[in-house]
Amino acid sequence: MSTETLNPKSEPSRWSKIWNSNMGYSFRRNPVAVVSMIVFLLIAIASFLAPVIAPYDPYDPAQIDIMNSEYPPAWVSGSLPEFVLGTDDQGRDLWSTILYGTRLSLLIGICAVALQAFLGISIGLIAGYVGGRLDSLLMRLADIQLSFSTLMVAIIFLAVTQAMFGTDTFNKYAVVFLIAVIGVAEWPQYARTVRATVLAEKKKEYVDSARVLGFGPMRIMVRHILPNSLSPIFVISTVQVANAIISEASLSFLGLGMPPSQPSLGSLISSGFDYIFSGSWWITAIPGVVLVVLVLVINLLGDWMRDVLNPKLYKG
Amino acid sequence: MFAYLAKRVIQAVAVMFVISLIAFAIQGNLGDPLRELVGQSVSEEVRQQLRDEMGLNDSFVTQYLRFAGNALQGDLGTSYFFKEPALDVILKKLPATLELVFGATLIIVGFSVPLGVYTAIKPDSILSRIIMGLSIVGISIPVFLTAILMIFVFSVEYGWFPSYGRGDTVQVWGYWQTNFATADGWLHIILPSIALASIMLPLFVRLIRAEMMEVLQSEYVKYAKAKGINPWRIYFVHALKNTLLPVITVGGVQIGTMVAYTILTETVFQWPGMGFMFLEAVNRVDTPLIVAYLIVVGFIFVVTNTIVDLIYGLVNPTVNIARMGA
Repeated sequence: MSTETLNPKSEPSRWSKIWNSNMGYSFRRNPVAVVSMIVFLLIAIASFLAPVIAPYDPYDPAQIDIMNSEYPPAWVSGSLPEFVLGTDDQGRDLWSTILYGTRLSLLIGICAVALQAFLGISIGLIAGYVGGRLDSLLMRLADIQLSFSTLMVAIIFLAVTQAMFGTDTFNKYAVVFLIAVIGVAEWPQYARTVRATVLAEKKKEYVDSARVLGFGPMRIMVRHILPNSLSPIFVISTVQVANAIISEASLSFLGLGMPPSQPSLGSLISSGFDYIFSGSWWITAIPGVVLVVLVLVINLLGDWMRDVLNPKLYKG
Repeated sequence: MFAYLAKRVIQAVAVMFVISLIAFAIQGNLGDPLRELVGQSVSEEVRQQLRDEMGLNDSFVTQYLRFAGNALQGDLGTSYFFKEPALDVILKKLPATLELVFGATLIIVGFSVPLGVYTAIKPDSILSRIIMGLSIVGISIPVFLTAILMIFVFSVEYGWFPSYGRGDTVQVWGYWQTNFATADGWLHIILPSIALASIMLPLFVRLIRAEMMEVLQSEYVKYAKAKGINPWRIYFVHALKNTLLPVITVGGVQIGTMVAYTILTETVFQWPGMGFMFLEAVNRVDTPLIVAYLIVVGFIFVVTNTIVDLIYGLVNPTVNIARMGA
């Protein structure tokens, strides 16, 4: 407190720096980006506060009554006032279950992308910086990995894991398996882009001078080159989070992801699909809308970021 | 050119070798073939003797060589459930999946080229903005949700299209039964094809648009315009031709990806293809079928990618030289 009063013209805060930067300016001028950001923050905050704001706990069997199953949402006749969005096939409150499910979907998406980024950035830095045979080997591996669709690899890996460990053990560690397989399958996206920027940066003078100063390759890669490769990484990351959430939902829909007892958005949609012909459309439709809106706003933010930062992305 | 070709083929063989190793490892660790054969009620002694006879006690290398040798002769084991050679089971289901991919490809090619070209020529028109807006919505909707939505609207609410199965098919040749010969077959394949196309179409519209916009900035297009050539001729003959190279490359790779997405569409529409069969095989722990599927799908991926690479090398001499050096 005292330093602030002594120095009224102190450094602008980090927040105001971002607000006044180019990016902040173009953000304010772009209504689509602003709305997407608000919607994304609303969904993210609501889902991470799920234990606080959800009226029921979908993991607590004492709060679930099978007799309450398949009540429609409040605006449809035959609903119960305590279940705003109706109930699912097991009698869980759909609003609470969606909150918890969104949290799980977001968590898996973000962790999987963090793993991709870690693997991809490390491999890309090393391949670009070291070069030579190691570089061609790693990039050949990346090509091969990319030529197999992530979804295909994930489906086969999870299917075999499930058959090998049995459904009970698989369900217990489903989150870990999902993060691992989505995280490992997509590393080339980062590796190729990071490598391309490293190759461009490596020739610049600041890298030479750092080397002359006697800094080790590790320090040069992480402290000097990496910060200059950040804008393509940001752009890829948004798209990758959206893709990871879709992949997770698709895998859970196939029964290879989150089990119905700990539903993500995908497994909720999947359990509702069995009831769509008997008229209970809301179990599928409402989580479906949440999923699409979530992925859409992330994609819109990614589009905006691509336009602003305009990095040279690796065209695959 | 020969060196390039040889390199690609060697790489393809190496990848197939790794896939076969993975498949073999799965086969050895998933389920017990002996139990499938004789059940639980056999004494330990007989069991050991049978294991010896079946070669289950041989070394890893011997077993793998036997597995690979059989696989090369088209013998991928016998499905526990169907009691038929696993490869036959898959080949019977393959035409259904390929027809679905074919239907989706028709839709993608038919729509992505005109839409992509139009949005590139008139980037600021309202229609272009709508198309681009819809394309990002399209990317954001997972395939299975599109499929469910279409079943709900067109099958349950309006009853225009059937919601599951292949309907009437006509025998063409061997295991190949086609949907495209009867009206009922057409009705059945339309919704699954649209669902499968829905994820790729926006990607291709955006790709064609981006490439086209780049080409339209180039000198030779400006020159053609200055010469007074009919704009439609410039767009579709001069410019489009040069955008097709990247589109074909991405397209070839995406055909492989579509095989993965058929698992989703086939599950929703209960389409009797090999994706649907694979998930059933997983639920039944039908190991030979799982392994055979892995090898067949791996083979499809490797072959399409190698062919795409070779075409790319043939069509684009600059890439050819650059890659030959690498």
